[in-house]
Amino acid sequence: MTDVIEKTEPSSIRANPALGGSLESYIQRTDDGHYGMRLLVDGMHCAGCQNRIETRLEKIRGVVEGRVNLTARRLSLTWQPAVVDVQSVIADIEELGFRLVPFNPEKLSSDFDQTRKRLVRAMAVAGFATANIMLLSVAVWAGLAQDMQPVTRSLMHWISALIAVPAVAYAGMPFFESAAAALKGRRANMDVPISLAVLMATAMSLIETARGADHVYFDSATALLFFLLIGRFLEQSARGRARSAVEHLLALNASAVTVLNADGTTQPLPPEEVRPGMRVLVAAGGRIPVDGQVIGGVSDVDGSLITGESIPVTVREGSAVHAGAVNLTAALTVEVAAAGNDTLLAEIGRLLEAAEQRRARYVDVAARIVKIYAPVVHILAAVAFVGWFFFGAVAWQDALLIAVAVLIITCPCALALAVPVVQVVAANRLFRQGILVKSPTALERLAQVDTVVFDKTGTLTEGLPKLLIDGAWTQEDLRSAACLAAVSLHPLARALTDMAPAVPAASGVEEVPGHGLRRVTARGETRLGRGDWCGATESTSDMPELWLARPGRDPVRFAFIDTIRDDAAETIQALRDDGMTVEILSGDRPAAVARVAEALSVDRTRAGAKPADKIARLEELARQGRRVCMVGDGLNDAPALAAASASLSPATAADISQTASDVVFQGQHLAPVAETLRVARRADSLVRQNFALAFTYNVLTVPLAMAGLVTPLIAAVAMSTSSIIVICNALRLGRMRRS
Amino acid sequence: MSGLLYLIPIALFLGLLGLVAFLWAIKTDQFEDLDGAASRILFDDDADKDKNKKDDG
Repeated sequence: MTDVIEKTEPSSIRANPALGGSLESYIQRTDDGHYGMRLLVDGMHCAGCQNRIETRLEKIRGVVEGRVNLTARRLSLTWQPAVVDVQSVIADIEELGFRLVPFNPEKLSSDFDQTRKRLVRAMAVAGFATANIMLLSVAVWAGLAQDMQPVTRSLMHWISALIAVPAVAYAGMPFFESAAAALKGRRANMDVPISLAVLMATAMSLIETARGADHVYFDSATALLFFLLIGRFLEQSARGRARSAVEHLLALNASAVTVLNADGTTQPLPPEEVRPGMRVLVAAGGRIPVDGQVIGGVSDVDGSLITGESIPVTVREGSAVHAGAVNLTAALTVEVAAAGNDTLLAEIGRLLEAAEQRRARYVDVAARIVKIYAPVVHILAAVAFVGWFFFGAVAWQDALLIAVAVLIITCPCALALAVPVVQVVAANRLFRQGILVKSPTALERLAQVDTVVFDKTGTLTEGLPKLLIDGAWTQEDLRSAACLAAVSLHPLARALTDMAPAVPAASGVEEVPGHGLRRVTARGETRLGRGDWCGATESTSDMPELWLARPGRDPVRFAFIDTIRDDAAETIQALRDDGMTVEILSGDRPAAVARVAEALSVDRTRAGAKPADKIARLEELARQGRRVCMVGDGLNDAPALAAASASLSPATAADISQTASDVVFQGQHLAPVAETLRVARRADSLVRQNFALAFTYNVLTVPLAMAGLVTPLIAAVAMSTSSIIVICNALRLGRMRRS
Repeated sequence: MSGLLYLIPIALFLGLLGLVAFLWAIKTDQFEDLDGAASRILFDDDADKDKNKKDDG
């Protein structure tokens, strides 16, 4: 159904000449007199799409460069303003079936990209410094056991200092800045002990080098930064996936509204300027922009994104229509009852926002641990210094060196890697199966889920009606019906032609909105449509149906059914085997819901639920202490997706639902739901193991450090081993077998 | 031991060379589009591109 919408919905740019003015703000002048613009490309999935767009652009005169970034789904366009108009270029690409939305690169992504690039640069510098200092250190450590001259050792130390000091000053900046900001606000975050450890280790090592001492910690200082930057970079990457979804939300911005003036002329207006009482024209195939009442025209309206109802309803004068529904068969005139912020669509947006704010309060496990960890580290280091200086009777330099060793050993390299490595490995594993994890905390929340709530239409079912093979019709009936149906956009007509793809469309077919299709020939009139219009006496079931009436023959009935996805029953059984409670929560009619529930043997169902009802039910479940995972696709599910403690939606879902959910899965199957939950639980147990490993390491090495037994060699070995063990443990997730 | 005096600078220089190359790659967005670049080589459109250039010029 989404396909139909994508093809028929006019783009926000083309439909609105008035928007042309606002395009200006996205255009940048390049140095050589050309114009440039960046656009988000919606609907691009593979290298083939990339090729089609670039090849098309190459053929347009005046386009200097059109380069697609497939990873970020963006198009960077440069053109000669004198030769070609950008509107027509955009229109050309949209003809290929993509939606383009201009964006301002400075506004949208520069912050994020800058941070990421800075982290990578810092990581490269720290890695370089670590590797080179480590080479020198190995020589020093070997020299301590053999007979290296103090002069040579001193030379090695000075060269190490030469590398380490600038490297620490550069690569440590992200930590120093964050620590300074935290201290300014009188808080302590994890970067405070990290900065302290790195700075003190470097400073003490400089003093020790000047003294000509045996032990310096330059390698530890840079290695600390290197490992921590890896963790920080992975964390940032996990967040990056969530961002692109937010960018897509921008693409949803409502298109222009065609307003019918009193004198019969039309005028495009931005949605926020439409007032109640105005009259609005909605073309066939267009999305209804306002809530209101039909005052002219008869048509079929697909409200599936709003209500979850899979079959279009017929509207005529006096019927109420809602913004977001798609007008299928004929033009409508609508008197506006509510527009912009007062529409049902906007209401859904608000519910969504409120629900998302509630979820943003979730604190991930790493943040909870840091809260306790940071003060403990400081206290331990202080105790080591005070203890050795006052009671150990050593010089202050030695006492301080022991305190530095404690700080280095407790530095949370393994802790900082414990969560992000697992997250990235899990996200990649799921990504290979077409499952996109969008939110960085999603896996953690999914792991706690004990109840899975499914929407029906488009989630448990395929969301598209299929012709039921029930013996009521013959192949010949089907062929004559299909040649009429071929001209219509109506989902039932589409389902008919799907079953008879080789049948050519008949000429002279007329669509009668709200009734069906008819074709008048010399032999009489052939009709395909509603039962009462085609002369059928009674309708025996609540299933959607079409009737075919031909001159001189009895009407034939075609029944349709929204088919349940192949592996729905299997998936629900798998979820139950894993101890989940399964429930269906749908906006569709009770009879339709009951049929699906029976087929899948789910006994907990709710039908006819509006968006607010869905949230209410989820809150009720939450009050019972349940952790709910919502799986849904419609616009009406979006608030519920945001309200549940975790959520999934298929890639065919409405944009806003994909934005609201934590995980988006591709393909025709439901198995990804069970797989995602399994991977999430496995990732959760790996994160716990990683924390346990990191803590064991601390418990073993902190007493050594406090006792003053940790030399730079031991610190380097202990630190690297713990980090590498944590990484290796996380990698086991990639090898987990699929059930 | 005197070999160290030139071996260490050489080692550091080579290391720095690698570092600079990596930083250059970051700066010029070599890692921006890993998926697209991988398939771009397969596109068979050189002929079109040349023609287009001539038109513009």
